Amino acid sequence: MKYYVLRQLIQLAVVVLGISMLVFAILHVIGDPVLLLLPQNAGKEEYERYHKLLGLDKPIHVQYWKFASRAVQGDFGKSWYTDTPAFKLVLERMPPTLYLTTAGLVMALLIALPLGILAALKRHSFIDNACTMLAVAGQAMPIFWLGIMLIIIFAVRLKALPASGYGTWEHFLMPAFTLGAFLAPITMRLVRSGVIEILNMEYIRTARAKGFAEPTVIVKHAFRNACIPVITVLGLQFGQLLGGAIVTETVFAWPGVATLTVDSIRNQDFPVVQCAVVLLALIIVVVNFIVDMVVGLLDPRIRLGA
Amino acid sequence: MKSVTASPDVALGTEPVAPARRRFGIPMRRVWRFKWGLLAAAVLLLIVASAVCAPWIAPYSPVIVDIQHRLGPPAWMDGGTRTHLLGTDQIGRDLLSRVIYGGRVSLVIGTAAVLISSTIGVLLGLAAGYFAGRIDWTIMTLVNVMLTFPFVLLALAVIAVLGPSLVNMIVVLGVADWPLYARVIRAETLAIREREFVLAGRALGMSHLRIVFGQILPNLVSVIVVIATLQVARVIILESFLSFLGLGVQPPTPAWGNMLGEGRVYMLNSWWIATFPGLAIFVTTLAINLMGNALRDWLDPHMKV
Repeated sequence: MKYYVLRQLIQLAVVVLGISMLVFAILHVIGDPVLLLLPQNAGKEEYERYHKLLGLDKPIHVQYWKFASRAVQGDFGKSWYTDTPAFKLVLERMPPTLYLTTAGLVMALLIALPLGILAALKRHSFIDNACTMLAVAGQAMPIFWLGIMLIIIFAVRLKALPASGYGTWEHFLMPAFTLGAFLAPITMRLVRSGVIEILNMEYIRTARAKGFAEPTVIVKHAFRNACIPVITVLGLQFGQLLGGAIVTETVFAWPGVATLTVDSIRNQDFPVVQCAVVLLALIIVVVNFIVDMVVGLLDPRIRLGA
Repeated sequence: MKSVTASPDVALGTEPVAPARRRFGIPMRRVWRFKWGLLAAAVLLLIVASAVCAPWIAPYSPVIVDIQHRLGPPAWMDGGTRTHLLGTDQIGRDLLSRVIYGGRVSLVIGTAAVLISSTIGVLLGLAAGYFAGRIDWTIMTLVNVMLTFPFVLLALAVIAVLGPSLVNMIVVLGVADWPLYARVIRAETLAIREREFVLAGRALGMSHLRIVFGQILPNLVSVIVVIATLQVARVIILESFLSFLGLGVQPPTPAWGNMLGEGRVYMLNSWWIATFPGLAIFVTTLAINLMGNALRDWLDPHMKV
């Protein structure tokens, strides 16, 4: 186990380093911060002055080191737009994003678990085919359109739910469903194939031979083991889930990190963009690490490196 | 977890098929099995054809403004006219024409970006799988970094710096989407590399380049085709999202994404402006996905993509 944790930690460090370089490169290699900062009619002298002021005349690795060593301390510079520290801005917007992500995940599981298990138990039946259809349709659905359609139906027509905003549980329903619909299809397919695979295992036959009732076999023996691949992939999908949250937030004007990021991109407010991207990436990496640990605990074969 | 590769003795597309009744020389049962895929392909063909022939089939120009007839509802609703079948948008442009033209942007970006990403991904995947060792480690670390990261966020960040334009969208989506190909191709290459014909090639003194491109790559064509097809749908959704945010193709050029974004403002009274472009995206991606799935089953039922 110690070796397993160490290996995952090293991987985590490499990924964080890689992402920080990527974010740095996006602004400093692809773009030119001075051009973004100065008005378009600024003269050459002014350009040179800012170039020096921002330390852009130094070698690239020196610049990266400066960026990284500050970032580690939570200093991503001040927002060019509101003059408050970028880190503070992003941190304030973090809770709504995390609530939405959690709600979306719960919603996805509420849809995917029953349907996936049902489809696996009644394989090749009408229910199974209907679930597969639903999953294919769900995967093709652009969720920002789904969100808008929900708003038109439930908020504009039926006036049953608030169209956007944040606060009460009613505000959560449509965004959570939208995000859930994004993650549910793939989760359902995984649950289905996981359960099918496990139902064919010998220990299930043993359990049945011992005369356990069918529900006991399914819940206690099959389901628990089917959880492992589901947890693994959900962990890997967490990045995608956050990506889906970004889309959902912009549709429902959810006051989370994503709307902040999109607004900052529109305002060309790069310290905030950088900070948001790095923090989100950090969350993803940490979640992946935790998932790896949980899976390692659940399945000794994985942590022992079989 | 199951291994990613198909067992080596399964030859492509030659699985024993139960003798089906032959009519017109085609085994009907086999055709019936792929009914959804064929239907999807037909729908997709229709969409592509209408996008290509847009100037001839669209009833109006997609950019002509007619302020008098703004926010006109679709033909079947009260106040709708037959001259504008799907209604008009906030400045009186014909929605049907804009939906037909809008497909051009999505299809061009989807195809071009996938060409770029599949080329990068396949080359890196081949290199990682064939050479192994340090090259493999470097490439796979990069793949892991990029797969951890939400694709949307990366695209947003880069577009923010480069500025929105058609070419930038293609480049960004193309460059951001390669890791999936690399991962699958690497796994396949690792398996094929150990096969006898590669060993024989090496014994005969073939160069690495010839082995990789002459012996390994041809075996991967069906996998690449399937992933690329499915990825076109993914790229179209992402492209329309960026356009929806106003960071993609800029108005007045009609694109499903920016039409949806503009329509959102008017959804309180004029639901059709946001509905039809979104429906077009949904139908297109659904058709592509169904076709991709059928293609996978047809080329190699054991493929795990």
